[in-house]
Parts: sequence; C-alpha cells; structure tokens
Amino acid sequence: MVTNLLTDYWPILVLLLVSLGFAGIAMGGGLLLGPRRSSARKQEAYESGMRAIGPGTRQMPVRFYLVAVLFILFDIEVIFFLPWAVVFRQYYENGLGAFILLEMLVFIVILLVGYAYAWKKGALEWE
Amino acid sequence: MTDPLALLGDWLLNLLAQLNLPPGLRQVILYLLGVSVIATVALVITIFNTWLERKIAARIQDRLGPNRVGPWGLLQPIADAIKMLTKEDTTPAAADKVAYNIAPILAVVSVLLIWAVIPFTSQWFGTQLNVAVLYIAAVGSFGVLAVLMAGWSSNNKYALLGAFRAVSQLISYEVPLFLSLLIPVLLARSMDISVIVEKQATLLEMYVVAAPLAALLFFISSVAEVGRTPFDLLEAESEIVAGYHIEYSGFKFGMFQAGEFMHTFTIAALTALLFLGGWQGPGVAQAPILGLFYFMGKSFAVYFVTMWMRSTLPRIRIDHMQALNWKILVPIALTLLMLTPIVDYFTKDLGVLFSAFGGALTLSWRFAALLLTNILVTLAAIEAVRRNAKRNFVERSRFPERPVARPPREEAA
Amino acid sequence: MTPDQILFIVTALISTLAAVMVVSRRNMVHAALFLVLTLFGVAVAFVLLEAPFLAVVQVLVYIGAIAILMIFAVMLTRNVTDDSGDPFNKNARVGGLAALFVFSLLVVMFGGWSQFTAYPQAGDTSGSIVQLGVALTAADGYVIAFEVASMLLLGALVGAIFVVWPRQNENE
Repeated sequence: MVTNLLTDYWPILVLLLVSLGFAGIAMGGGLLLGPRRSSARKQEAYESGMRAIGPGTRQMPVRFYLVAVLFILFDIEVIFFLPWAVVFRQYYENGLGAFILLEMLVFIVILLVGYAYAWKKGALEWE
Repeated sequence: MTDPLALLGDWLLNLLAQLNLPPGLRQVILYLLGVSVIATVALVITIFNTWLERKIAARIQDRLGPNRVGPWGLLQPIADAIKMLTKEDTTPAAADKVAYNIAPILAVVSVLLIWAVIPFTSQWFGTQLNVAVLYIAAVGSFGVLAVLMAGWSSNNKYALLGAFRAVSQLISYEVPLFLSLLIPVLLARSMDISVIVEKQATLLEMYVVAAPLAALLFFISSVAEVGRTPFDLLEAESEIVAGYHIEYSGFKFGMFQAGEFMHTFTIAALTALLFLGGWQGPGVAQAPILGLFYFMGKSFAVYFVTMWMRSTLPRIRIDHMQALNWKILVPIALTLLMLTPIVDYFTKDLGVLFSAFGGALTLSWRFAALLLTNILVTLAAIEAVRRNAKRNFVERSRFPERPVARPPREEAA
Repeated sequence: MTPDQILFIVTALISTLAAVMVVSRRNMVHAALFLVLTLFGVAVAFVLLEAPFLAVVQVLVYIGAIAILMIFAVMLTRNVTDDSGDPFNKNARVGGLAALFVFSLLVVMFGGWSQFTAYPQAGDTSGSIVQLGVALTAADGYVIAFEVASMLLLGALVGAIFVVWPRQNENE
C-alpha cells in the first residue's frame, strides 16, 4: 500500500524521469539533426587552435582539497543546526529558552574556534 | 472565484474515473500530467528569459537587442534552439564518452528537480515536503557533480582547470547559502517552503523585513552558485578559454546554457519564496490564483536584479571571490545565525509595535528588533571590512612597486 | 507487488550493481562516480523507509560533499585518473569469501529478528523533523552527542589544515 508520506515523494521520481526524458530527447535531436563530418583533427582537444600539448588531465592543486574539507564541515554543521532551528522555539515556550540558546552557542563557538584557526593558519588565503 | 487549475484537475479525475483504469495507474497518469506541466512551465519561462535577458542587457548598454525574428525578436530563442540543434555534435576522441554525455543531462536535471517543491500558489505545487529546504540544497549537489564530470571527462586541461575553479566556487558559496537558508527556517520553525510562505502573510511580515541581511547573503551566494557575472570566473575566456564546457558543442553545450538560465530564474523564485512572501499578496485568501501573479511578479523582480548585475558589474578575481566568501559572507552569516535566535528569545513576549490599514501593515516588536539587529550587523561588517582594507593598503604600500612589463628603456648612449 | 516494492527492488539492484562496479573498476574516477550511484540508491531506500530527512542528508553530505572530496583526492594523486592494472590482488578470493560469510550471517540474523518484517506504525510523519530536533537537543536525549559532534568537526578541521597546509611555515 502506498503510504501517506511516500505519495509526497512519487512526484519527484516522476519529475526525475520526465526531465531525463526531456534531456534525452533534446540530445538525441541534436545528434539526429546536426551534420556529422568528424575528422581526427576535429576530435583533438580544443586549445584555441594550437595543437594540444601534454596530457589532458593534470594534478590538482592541494588548496582545492582544503576548500572541499572546509565545505564538508560547514555542511554538517548546517545539517545539525536544521532540526535545532525547527524546535528551538518549543523550548522557550516551555521555559527552557536559556538552555537551548546556550546549547546552540556552545555548538557554534566550538566551530568558530576551528574557523579562527583556519583563518590564522592562512587556509582561507588564495594567492 | 474558484481555481481554474483545480477545476481542470477535477475534470481530469472524472475523465480518468470513466476510463475504468486501476487506481494505481490513474495516480501515475495524474503525476505525469502535473509534473509535465511543471517541467514545461520551467522550460518555457527559461526560453522566454533568454529573450528577455538579451533585450534588457541591450537596453542597459544602449542597444536594441534581438529584433529580427518575430515581433520584437520574440522568436529569437526558437531560432537559437534550431541553430543549436543543427550544429555538429563533436566528441573529443580522448574523452570519457559516458561521463561526457551524462554531464549535460545532469546539469539540467539538477535544476529541474528543484521545481518539484516550488509552490506557485497556495494550491499549486508539485509536492509538499517537510524537508523542502534541505531537499533544494541536496539537489543542487548534482549540479556540482555535473560540472566535475564535464571537466574531467573532456580530457582537456582547460576544461579540468575550469571545473576545479567552478567546483571550488560552488562548494565555497554553498556555505553562506546554507547558513542564510537557516534564517527563514529559524523564523518559520519549519523546513517546508509552503509553511515558510504562509507565515509571511502581510507586507511587514515578509522575512526580508526581519532578515534583510540574510536575504542579501542568500541572493549573493545564489548568484555565485549559478556562476553569473560578477562570479562568472569559472568561464573566464581570457584565462581558461571557456571553462568546464569548452569541449561541448551543439545541443549539449546548449543544455549547460539552458541549465544556467533556468537556475538563475530558480534562485530568483527561491529568493521570492523564502524572503519576499512568494504567492502572498492582497486578495489571495479569496482568490488563490492571484498568488501566481504575485509569485511571478516577485520572481521576475529579483530576476531583473540579476540581469542588471550581469550587464553592469565586471568579473571578480579568484582570490577576491574566495576572500569575499570565507572572510566576509561566512562570518556575517554565522554572526546572524547566533544573534537571530537570541533576539528572538528576548522579544518573545513583546507584542505588536504598530498596526495600520486594518492589520495590513503590522510590525511586531520581534521583527523590529530583528531588523535593528540586521542593520547593526551590516554596519559592523562594513566597518570591519573598511578597517581591514585600510590596514592591508598600508601593509602593501610598504613594499616596493611590483615589476610591470614595460618596453626597455633607451639607454643614453 | 506494490509500486513501492518494485521501486525498492529496482533501486536495490542498481545500487548493489553499482557497488560491485566501485570495487572492480580500474579507473578511480569511474569508481567514485559509481559510488555516487550507490549512495543515491541508499538515499532512495531511506525515503522508502520513511526517513526523508536522512535521505536528503545522504544526498547532501555523501554525494554533494564526500563524493566531491573523494574525486578531488583522486585527482590530487598524479596519473591515477588514467590508471591501469588489475584492481584485484591475491587476497581477492579470501576477501570475497569473508564478504559472503558476513552477508549470510546478516541474513540469518535479520531473518530471526521478529521486528524485521514489522511495518512502522503509520503516524503523523510531518512531526518527524520535530521529533528528531527534540531528540537531538533535549537534556535527556542526545544533547551530549550533539555537542560532541561539534568537537569532532573541530578536530577534523584542525586535522585537515595541519595535514594539508604544512607549507605555510616553510614559506616564511
């Protein structure tokens, strides 16, 4: 039996399939209608008219990795914060406002220490 | 006044009931119809927007813009689409074929999926999720993946470099984006977009009043998320040729472009929903269909600002882009996130500050205090940035002038 | 079969196959992309289990962040993107047997658990986020875990900077 909650999610799946269909038709149309005069020269990597030198893939600078790490940490912080944001007002309606605020402040301040460390260490600089 | 779409839905239901289909199949057909309508609306708006954007950019730059195909050039996007369809679709020999072809599809799908949770009026929406805000954030991550796949699979060093830049910009700006997204959730106590819109019932209850700074942060980081001017350095022609989609041609390239245009309007719509009250407006309670016009009006107003920015502002430098994010937007967002619940707590028992026009203009003490907090945080941030800039200026000027390429000086013989 | 069951079987098959591809692909980026597919399948499974919050968190954290980080990490190492060589070593068979053993153990264990086939009570699912929030923040709930999570994030941040950013001192 399709339950109440899942009926909310079926449209997303259908939309996923419909948009995949749209994209597929568009790309298929491009393939059908466009000319096909491929040549070895045309299939080379584009480099503004020059012949491509060296491999197409290269080693990535490490700073991009650090940005990704920083992003994950803040991402997870936001996810922890969301349920808190939804319920925090229930608490002060029950007279526990100071408790819930303190809880959040401790949470953020601990992260701010890490943020300050990253700043101090120069991890946020981009030369 | 009844809702014409509701009437249409009832009529369809009756029609389907007469066809004697099994209930499961009937449900699927209904979903298919509803979802196709949403997808079509999103695509048609996108097509219209490409014309609108060219026209407005032309006006800002004192040009006429497209005016040849159809009245006022209105059919120009159709002509563009046909042109793209009839272009040759090239694939580099060294490309990773599967990933190369999936990437443009993923770029469009990731944006279209957001439209599932956007409420057009109080009654029209694809679906209503109690985690809608988080869903929007989650779906956006497929867009990041599409960029990375496109850049890597093209096997072109500029494409890969463009993808690195793009992804680092996208994930960096997701941080202030998510943090500012939390403010409406905090104020509405719900992650459901429909609930967030419902809570912004009157003009002064809109969250842009209580959290103008959060709205600004959301808007700026959304524009960066789309990668439009001034944050279009992921496709800086002069540095990395064209960015991650350099190898794409024909309609595959068109799909990246369409995805970008659609995303721009989507962020405008989200700003309208989260901070400007979405479909709320006078007379909506009596005639829900009016909400569609309010929502579209607000969305296009925000969209106009993005077009205005695009044709006015120069491109930002990559170190400035990162510094703006990590050293300005993120600290402001974190400060706001700490102050908003605190102010909210201390103003919980205060009532209405003033009320006029029979409740149509009602400002509560809570919102007034939050507005004041936002203004103070803004002023503090501006002051901090100004001081830091001054210090940096002094520090930099201590060093000798950097060497500049000059023609060699003629030595006196 | 109900549509939900069909959906479950399809996603379970796709994510299992993708998981096999993750360990058998030579190209590391391909393996990472198949991992994304597997994780997406798990997200769909979370929706089917009526845990939408976990489903979106799964997509947001694992696909949006961890997978990106993994692809970055692969690209950090030189020449791994066009890797060649057998992804299996001599211990592949032993590993396969061990995996089979653990799997059959799990099947036996869950087969004997009476709660396994029990369907969750149909309740007001719209309150699940509120329940989660209360559980996370209540003094008699998981508030300590909530705060420890923040310490963990701090540790991860400091650790990442310490490992990734050693050149700061060398330059000065």
